[in-house]
Amino acid sequence: MDALGRVVKPKTKRAKRFLERREPKLTENTKNAMLIKGGNANLTVTEVLKDIYAVKKPFAVLYKKKNITRPFEDQTSLEFFSKKSDCSLFLFGSHNKKRPNNLIIGRMFDYHVLDMIELGIENFVSLKDVKNNKCPEGTKPMLIFAGDMFELNEEYRRLKNLLIDFFRGPTVPSIRLAGLEHVLHFTALDGKIYMRSYKVLLKKSGCKIPRIELEDIGPSLDLVMRRTHLASDDLYKLSLKQPKALKPKKKKNISHDVFGTTYGRIHMQKQDLSKLQTRKLKGLKKRPAEKSAQDGGSSPKKPKSA
Amino acid sequence: MAAAVRVEELLAAAAPGEREAPRSVAVEKELELEFDLGNLLALDPNPPPAAGLRGAGPRREAALRALARDNAQLLVAQLWALPAERAGGAAGPLVASLPEPSCRLPREKPPPKPRPPTRWEQFARLKGIRRRKRTSLVWDEQAKEWRRRWGYRRAGGDPARSWLLEVPAGADPEEDQFAKKRQEKRERVARNEFNRLRNLARAHRASTAIPAPPLHPTGHQSRQELGLAARVARVSTASLGRFQPRLPKEPVELPPRGRCSKKRRFEPVLGDLAAERGRQLELLKAMNSKKPALDITRAVNKQLREEDAEAAAAKGKKQKQRGKRGRRQQQRPARGGRKSGARRQQRPAGGNITGGKRKKA
Repeated sequence: MDALGRVVKPKTKRAKRFLERREPKLTENTKNAMLIKGGNANLTVTEVLKDIYAVKKPFAVLYKKKNITRPFEDQTSLEFFSKKSDCSLFLFGSHNKKRPNNLIIGRMFDYHVLDMIELGIENFVSLKDVKNNKCPEGTKPMLIFAGDMFELNEEYRRLKNLLIDFFRGPTVPSIRLAGLEHVLHFTALDGKIYMRSYKVLLKKSGCKIPRIELEDIGPSLDLVMRRTHLASDDLYKLSLKQPKALKPKKKKNISHDVFGTTYGRIHMQKQDLSKLQTRKLKGLKKRPAEKSAQDGGSSPKKPKSA
Repeated sequence: MAAAVRVEELLAAAAPGEREAPRSVAVEKELELEFDLGNLLALDPNPPPAAGLRGAGPRREAALRALARDNAQLLVAQLWALPAERAGGAAGPLVASLPEPSCRLPREKPPPKPRPPTRWEQFARLKGIRRRKRTSLVWDEQAKEWRRRWGYRRAGGDPARSWLLEVPAGADPEEDQFAKKRQEKRERVARNEFNRLRNLARAHRASTAIPAPPLHPTGHQSRQELGLAARVARVSTASLGRFQPRLPKEPVELPPRGRCSKKRRFEPVLGDLAAERGRQLELLKAMNSKKPALDITRAVNKQLREEDAEAAAAKGKKQKQRGKRGRRQQQRPARGGRKSGARRQQRPAGGNITGGKRKKA
């Protein structure tokens, strides 16, 4: 820990670039996930980790060896791994008598555990078990959450947020519509969370929007929630804080109403009415002699009667 | 969406012979879905159809797939409605531009902090010194070309590499002026490097020793921070730490003085009548007595002491303000009156600007 905590001064340009890539930034890197195999992991858990790794692939690291640690009791080794591999998402799998087929999904903020939710695997169908065409690696999935539990329960709400964070992949400015191939569907019902992964088949429908058909590709998991470790409100708020530079600047004098109409407010100088151009009349026109007299600086003679 | 639905219905009504139902893109939901298209995300707040999902394996899978299909259809409809264009010419793939993600997710790391100012920058700000822009190229009269102001092949030749040096008046004629010059240069470089490292160390210290959130899991907690956390934890029991056993080698602390340290005690409602009567009689006696209730000497002394303390506090504050405003203003009266006036007229804007900057910091 100490070796990682000190100020590291790069000796080469390459090392410098490496460290710069890891520095905090205004617009952050895509979050990486580390998939960690616990001290005791059975076949199911190992397969789950492998499959999730396949889904997450360019943004994930798989720790294949045994890691004897219990995240709910001691988080230091997770924090160490997080710092080492620059990952802020983790999925830890273990299996024991008390908590069979256990997955711990969580995320870090500033290399410290922010949220952690323990999930038990009730049922699992692997990516390999479904004989179908798979999606290409690195496909950005469409995420769908169904069920009122994801709105009502605080823990489920946080789990939903965590799953979005985990699976959403890179943020992109545009996407190829034909490349929307992968759907991750999470359904919450009766205390269970059904995670399903489908391949999208776009069919002709006769109108612009295609008809969607889905094909199961796996991995599919039936999960139950076990222990949770949610961030305190202060810390969570701190982690949500956006830097000032990223916030859109408020434009002055522009407002919108409920219908989306834009209104502009214009500030004008006070109008000088003495220079107002009224109707032009030939009789009011200045004669050339008068004009030259004014330009010469001498004021025109006032009538004596005044 | 609604329009699309209506069109579909109309089509279905017009051509009853065709197999329209399975090809339809219409989906009916009780509650509208929530979308975050930047993340390709859809949230369906409807409770899932329990009947199908509670069934056995294959039935449940079918029900789940049907639910997922409906939701995916709605999401795809939203995505197809986004402004799209063909990438790379007319034959290219259709690319939709996504909006910014609206779902708020925590950051991975805290936002980057600006580098703390070096010692020179602090001093310059205090004095109102601003960087002057100078061109990097200057005209070299001898070489008749534009050359760098500084560094390799600089204009006017490098004085350190001159082959002739004047021996200054009063200097030892035997002394090697070239060696002296080299030595001076070496010292300057070393001092600069030393100051650079000192600034780095200062910045590092400033970034790590933030006392504000002692109980947040910050990177590395110092001895003091841990001590503070332990002290806070100690008094965070229901009895304010009164029955908390001491840890080995924990320093003995006096109980904090203040309002919270003393517990209010009330007299019992019943009992001890004698004491109550005594108190009342005491009060009556005090009210009847000729002796003034106020001790004049004590009160006057107290008033004097308070005034003294206030004056001292005000003085301290003034000194602090002076430090912030910079010393130029202070020095002005020391110079000749007219001269200082002239200076003030010369640079009014500069003074104002720097003053504003100082306020910000």
